[in-house]
Amino acid sequence: MLELYYLTAHELHDLLVKKEISAEEICRAVFDRIDAVEDKIKAYVTLTRDKAFARAREIDRKIAAGEEVPPLAGIPVAIKDNMCTCGVRTTCSSKILYNFVPPYNATVVEKLEAAGTVMMGKTNMDEFAMGSSTENSGFFVTANPWDPDRVPGGSSGGSAAAVAAGEAITALGSDTGGSIRQPAAFCGVVGLKPTYGAVSRYGLVAFASSLDQIGPFTRDVTDCALMLNAICGHDPLDSTSAPRDIPDFTSYLRNDVKGLKIGVPREYMGEGIDPAVKEIIGQAIKLLASLGAEIDETTLPHSRYALPTYYLIAPAEASSNLARYDGVRYGYRAEDARDVVDMFMKTRSQGFGPEVKRRIMLGTYALSAGYYDAYYLKALKVRTLIKQDFDRAFEKFDVLLAPTAPSPAFKRGEKTGDPLQMYMSDICTLAVNLAGIPGISIPAGFVDGLPVGMQLIGKPFGEGTLLRVAYTFEQHTDYHRRRPSL
Amino acid sequence: MITIKDVEHVALLARLELSDEEKQMYAKQLNAILEYAQMLNELNTDDIPPTAHVLPLKNVWREDEVGEHLPPEEVLANAPETEGQFFKVPRIV
Repeated sequence: MLELYYLTAHELHDLLVKKEISAEEICRAVFDRIDAVEDKIKAYVTLTRDKAFARAREIDRKIAAGEEVPPLAGIPVAIKDNMCTCGVRTTCSSKILYNFVPPYNATVVEKLEAAGTVMMGKTNMDEFAMGSSTENSGFFVTANPWDPDRVPGGSSGGSAAAVAAGEAITALGSDTGGSIRQPAAFCGVVGLKPTYGAVSRYGLVAFASSLDQIGPFTRDVTDCALMLNAICGHDPLDSTSAPRDIPDFTSYLRNDVKGLKIGVPREYMGEGIDPAVKEIIGQAIKLLASLGAEIDETTLPHSRYALPTYYLIAPAEASSNLARYDGVRYGYRAEDARDVVDMFMKTRSQGFGPEVKRRIMLGTYALSAGYYDAYYLKALKVRTLIKQDFDRAFEKFDVLLAPTAPSPAFKRGEKTGDPLQMYMSDICTLAVNLAGIPGISIPAGFVDGLPVGMQLIGKPFGEGTLLRVAYTFEQHTDYHRRRPSL
Repeated sequence: MITIKDVEHVALLARLELSDEEKQMYAKQLNAILEYAQMLNELNTDDIPPTAHVLPLKNVWREDEVGEHLPPEEVLANAPETEGQFFKVPRIV
């Protein structure tokens, strides 16, 4: 049997209810693993060891008392450090929030607690989720467990690396332009960005409010469905949360894709995509076709406009959201200010890192008098065209299939000098956020020992169909069972 | 074309104090990004409505009921400087 820290949540649950292991033993196995590999990986900003053990023992008491525990009870989770955790430092990996201790929990954190999970700690990220490699963290760089010289992807790189390295069983990330799916692909785990509005954003530190969405990292698709069951649902505290009934996502875990129509957008298999990645996606298509899926090429003609559209809208929203960091109510405050405006300026200049300042500058410019129509409004109109591309494709197809990222994980420092090059690593994922639809990345193969992810894109609130295709693929492959040797 | 003067203007709007090197760097990088964004002008969007938000939600109302609030000491706990039940800042005028 694999080590406990490398099992899935549903495997651990089976062992727990059979009383073969305790939640405390799971917790200890994962913290021992953290102690063994964290120096190398650096996935966590903060560890919550004492709280975790107390929580695990509480679950054990319930099991001992004969209570029926939910499927995620006693399961170690890692939380990206942009979700508020009551009494536990929440930094967004930024100097400006280095000492912020929220007085309340994000709704997802409340929901995971109600589901019985055990929080291990808060994970490293690109500062304020702005980045694609976790190299923009204000604290330190996280390593890819498959090759420590490479990045884990970003911005949820700490969460992806923690799950891949056995430092957590599942994790939460947030995805504004690919920040769950791309690191999931780079680290060889499952990552899902739900439909906009499916998961409450209450207590998620805002980056770009019309694009941000929280979602899970897991080792397989079954765990992904369990995590969705735990975190989805309407929340009156988030006015952009969708008032809909949530299905039992595990009911979609069927080994059957017969008759499902899967479209492969040709724009995602063309220029800029590594041939080795295309080869792996090609094999995945063949496998799904052999299992009865009806696969055909399709087109999303405005795909090439997604990157510039995103890099006007997201920074514009960010420049507005990040105006709140002024050194008054929480976080870092610069010393020796002449007056209050000088204090704002010094605090923000010393507290924010270079990428965050770049995006605040870009967004402020795009929203400023005289440029609003030419940049921001123009981008919102192109966003409509991008969304219509997907609407049209989904008239014919149930699911779209594409690479998650144009290449496997790149080397540390490889793209840090050129912001546009770094932005390009999200070309396969950005449009999905602009359209507000769900996307999942699952392990689909390896190139030179590095994992490659396949992305499945669904209709609004079509997570179930994504899970069905992903689950079927998983039943016929073993990429999700491979673990990095550390 | 974004000049150093433009960068200074935007930095002031965004309440950022930039060094001379930062001004140079951001002028160069913002020009590169905005030049790339010119690509959007290939598209005629005269009759296209903007999408600021994908959900068909509007004016989400709730009852105006008295709820619970955090005790003042918890609200103030993260503040760099406080006095009594207030956030304290450097002089304004």
